[in-house]
Amino acid sequence: MTLGPEPPVPVAGNGLLDRRLFLSNALSFGAVASIASGSVTAAVPDEPWMREPGAAFTNYGVPSPHEKAVLRWISATAMAPTNGVSWSPLHELDGILTPSGLHFERHHNGVPQIDPALHRLVINGRVSRPLEFAIDALLRYPRVSRLCVLECGGNSNAGWQQKPIQTAAGYFHGLVSCSEWSGVPLRLLLDEAGLEADAAWIVAEGADAFGMTISLPLPKARHDTLLALFQNGERLRPEQGYPLRLLVPGWEGVVNVKWLRTLTVSDAPVMARNETARYTELQADGSARMFTFEMDVKSLLTRPSGGMQLDGPGFYELSGLAWSGRGRITRVDVSADGGASWAEAALNEPVLAQCFTRFRVPWQWNGKPCVLQSRATDDTGAVQPTRAALLAARGRHGYFHYHAIVSWQVDADGALSHTYVDADATPAATAVDPFDADW
Amino acid sequence: MCASLAQADAGAPPATPRLGVTPHAHTLTTRDNLVFPDGRGLPPGSGTAAMGRTLFVQQCVACHGESGRGGAGGELAGGNPDLTSAQPDKTIGSYWPYATTLFDFIRRAMPLNAPWSLSNDQVYALVAYLLDVNGIAIPADRLDAATLAAVRMPNRDGFRWIDATQPAAPR
Repeated sequence: MTLGPEPPVPVAGNGLLDRRLFLSNALSFGAVASIASGSVTAAVPDEPWMREPGAAFTNYGVPSPHEKAVLRWISATAMAPTNGVSWSPLHELDGILTPSGLHFERHHNGVPQIDPALHRLVINGRVSRPLEFAIDALLRYPRVSRLCVLECGGNSNAGWQQKPIQTAAGYFHGLVSCSEWSGVPLRLLLDEAGLEADAAWIVAEGADAFGMTISLPLPKARHDTLLALFQNGERLRPEQGYPLRLLVPGWEGVVNVKWLRTLTVSDAPVMARNETARYTELQADGSARMFTFEMDVKSLLTRPSGGMQLDGPGFYELSGLAWSGRGRITRVDVSADGGASWAEAALNEPVLAQCFTRFRVPWQWNGKPCVLQSRATDDTGAVQPTRAALLAARGRHGYFHYHAIVSWQVDADGALSHTYVDADATPAATAVDPFDADW
Repeated sequence: MCASLAQADAGAPPATPRLGVTPHAHTLTTRDNLVFPDGRGLPPGSGTAAMGRTLFVQQCVACHGESGRGGAGGELAGGNPDLTSAQPDKTIGSYWPYATTLFDFIRRAMPLNAPWSLSNDQVYALVAYLLDVNGIAIPADRLDAATLAAVRMPNRDGFRWIDATQPAAPR
């Protein structure tokens, strides 16, 4: 008789195990017992799809019909169904790449159906030579490819509410997605147009029926901003800006202007509606934060997460996503006791700047109620704050840039729900409807 | 080949095909639509609050409510203007820092079912009306490029720039 492995020793409270456990387990998978084979007829597989030819080739593949429930969840205003969002189902996904068809959407007045042959990018304003570029011309320029997270500044904003919202993790935190983007460095075109001495900002305009307009400081525009033409290897989807969008790595989604039409070089920001009345954060003292471009360090457990059900005590992998607009994730800690103790999670490679990082940690659930959390740290040293700390620093009316630690309550029956671990004793806030898309 | 690539990496400006062309005058006109806080970009034309009220009732009230006090669309006026209170309302009067933003935004985006359908006079009129329902005085009865640029909004200095360098002098 062979002895089984020794039970793993927890490294933090409530059954969190050493992240290296995965490695040691993997080594034991080498010897797989072979099943004794009998006659040919006895070996006929039960699966009908092994006994007849499969389906024909397809020109463009789609997910299995058994995965038809894995969808973006659409939330738009009733009076204006072209103004709203759709949320990535982060709780259904693994790895770090978001399938293009599941990338979150935020449109202010619908998705324009643009004929690329008729689309022109114009660079005007404080330039030596105003220039016009056809898409075919842009396709001849040198390109850069990079994995990059894109997050709406309003993502997770139900967290400002006094009562924890009860919905799937992706339908609360899924205004963030991660893709490989390929495009032309914006500085190449700015250099071609020639910048005048007082050039300090770029005002980008989209060709949608909202004329989405946003101002971008010139240093960022010249540093790593791309004119993206491709997403995940193929040309942009219409809802991601086809045929051309700005990709501003690490900065809030609204500045990543889709259907990019005009870049106006200026000495000052235009003070558009979506950088003044919206996408600014009112603080407790009555002042407001403006041009809050960088997305903060953030993480959440996606599996398991709110709305899911554990099958009883035993082993589970806790897994989630961490990212920072400021740089690379250096560490993710996970707690199974509401933040009293923490275990370091394994970071699944690759771990890249301004990109989703997948983390995993093994967990032995003892069947008792508990609270699961994750806490990310990035390479600037920024640590994801508790909700109480975020509210203390930013007040209750900021609406945008919510990035506090997310807490999932596990009940004795294994059901997970969203919870706040800190008593919420602050005064009643304006009722924030997270599905009011008037951002 | 490898040597020339290495040289390019060593600091020479990246080669590009330089395919940008000079836009036609019409193209430049249709891309010249930004209105800045100092009034740059405001077109000729004018309107009054009374004209704007008529337009608002026809084209805006369904979403924005009577006198802009809120509906399915954004709350534009009314409510509690005290931004330090427990339940502040971020309206044009309490929150928007620049009146020029109204012109820029209404012209390009409103009404949602027909953007770019309003004439410049109509946009001036709507801006005049929205300033009026927010209790913001305009320097003359008729709002035009000069008088709109002169409007100072109550919350103009209420914003702190976080990831960009804010000019020292009030803008």
